[in-house]
Amino acid sequence: MNIPADLKYTKSHEWVRLETDGTLTVGITDHAQELLGDLVFVELPEIGQEFAAEQEAAVVESVKAASDVYAPVAGAVTAVNASLPESPEAINQDAYAAWLFRLKPANAADLDALLDAAAYAACAEE
Amino acid sequence: MTQKTVLNETHRRLGARMVDFGGWDMPLHYGSQIEEHHAVRRDSGMFDVSHMCAVDVAGPDARTFLLRLVANNVDKLKEPGKALYGAMLNETGGVVDDLIVYFIGENRYRLVINAGTAEKDLAWMAARIAEWKLDTACIPRRDRVIIAVQGPNAKTRVWQALPEARAATEALKPFHAIDVGEYFIATTGYTGEAGFEITLPATRAEEFWNRLLDAGVRPAGLGARDTLRLEAGMNLYGQDMDETVSPLDAGLAWTVDLIGPRDGQDFVGKAALLAHPQGKQFLGLLLAEGGVLRAHQKVITAHGEGEITSGTFSPTLQQSIALARLPLPTAVGETAKVEIRGKPVVVKIVKPCFVRNGKALI
Repeated sequence: MNIPADLKYTKSHEWVRLETDGTLTVGITDHAQELLGDLVFVELPEIGQEFAAEQEAAVVESVKAASDVYAPVAGAVTAVNASLPESPEAINQDAYAAWLFRLKPANAADLDALLDAAAYAACAEE
Repeated sequence: MTQKTVLNETHRRLGARMVDFGGWDMPLHYGSQIEEHHAVRRDSGMFDVSHMCAVDVAGPDARTFLLRLVANNVDKLKEPGKALYGAMLNETGGVVDDLIVYFIGENRYRLVINAGTAEKDLAWMAARIAEWKLDTACIPRRDRVIIAVQGPNAKTRVWQALPEARAATEALKPFHAIDVGEYFIATTGYTGEAGFEITLPATRAEEFWNRLLDAGVRPAGLGARDTLRLEAGMNLYGQDMDETVSPLDAGLAWTVDLIGPRDGQDFVGKAALLAHPQGKQFLGLLLAEGGVLRAHQKVITAHGEGEITSGTFSPTLQQSIALARLPLPTAVGETAKVEIRGKPVVVKIVKPCFVRNGKALI
C-alpha cells in the first residue's frame, strides 16, 4: 500500500499535509482511489466555507460509487484544486499529488489527533 | 461459498480487482474500467462470462417446453444456428430471468441464463417440465466456459487466435451461432459492438484466453461490461427487471410475443400480461451537468414520479446516463428532475440507447 510517511491521515481515508504557512492540504489516499476505481466527478467546497471536524466538505464519484470527503479537522477553506473537476482521473494517477482543498485549521493542535502512516496502514488493512 | 470460473487464477495474474457478482468471484477491472470500456468501443476487449450458465435443452418435447416457458416465441427460430433473446415469466407476469435461446436442431436448443439466477432458473425449469409432464431435459453445461470478445476489431482478432473459425463465421449474421470443432461461436453480445460470444470446453479456456491476449485483445471486467451495456441500452436482470416487474414495464415488450401461434399453447405469465397492460415507460436519462445518476434515485416528471433502475457515467459520452421506469405518458424530449445528494438536477429524457457501434446516438 502506498502510504507516504510524511503525511497524516484519517480513518475515512483522507490524507493531510501540513504546509509551511500552517494550512492543511487535503486529498484522498491511494487506498481510497483504488477502492473507488475510475473517478469521474469531483465536487469541491467554496473558498471561505467553514467546516467542523468530520463534516462533509467535498464529494468524489467514481463510475461505481459516490463518496464524501470529510474535513479532517475544523477549519475554513483557503484554496481548492480548481483543475481537478476537469480531470478527476488525476486522483487515480497520483492520489497524493491530486489534492482537493486547503484548510486553515481552527486549532493547530487538532492535527496531533490525526493518524500517522503506520496507524493508517493498520486501519486500511482492516 | 463464492464460485470461481476456471480463469480465476488467470485474472488474478493479470492484476484484476476481483468482486463478488451473483455468488461468483469475478474481475471488476484489470486497472481501469474506463480504459477497458474504450478498448471495446475502439478496438477489442474480452470478458470471462463463464459465470453465466449454458443449459442444453433436448428431448422430444424440447420445442413444446420452450414455447410454454419463454415469453418470446421460439418458433421464430426457423433455421439451426439462429438465436433469440427473451424472458421466462412467472404466473404474475414478473421476470424470472432473461435469456438467449439458440436453436441447434430439431428439439435441441441451448439457453444462456444469468449467474445469480442459475440455480433458481434450473429449479423453475425442472418444475415446469414435471408439471407439464414433458419429455425433455435441461442440462447445465458447467464443463463449458463462455468468453465474450467484443469491439470493432474483435472478429479479426478472434480469427487470428483461432484461424479455423474464420471461414465458418465470416458471413455469420448477427444473433446466430455455429459450431467450429469444440468452439460454439455466436454473434451475440452485451456491449452494442460487433463480436463473438464463444462457448468452449473449460479445459481449453486458459489456452484460448492467452491466444486472444497475444492477438491484442484487452481483458475487460464487469465494470466495463456494465457501462457498455448501459450505453447500449441493454437491461440487467435484478436491476432493470426482476420477478416483481412486468417485461412490458422494463422496455422488453419487443421480446414478448402475445399473438404468434404456439401450437395452441400459452406461455407462463401471458394471462397476467393481458390482464395488466403496460403501466410504465422504460426510457433513458441524460445528465448535462456533473454528477452521476444512480439506481433507485427518484425521477420527478411532469406526469408523476419514476425511478432510475440503472445509472452510471458514460465513458463514451463523458456524462452520466441512466435507464428509468417512468409514468406512461412521459415522452422522449421532455425533461425531468432527479435529486442527487439532496440537490435537484435536470435530466433530459431520451430513447434508451445511447451508443451503438462506437457512435453516440444522442
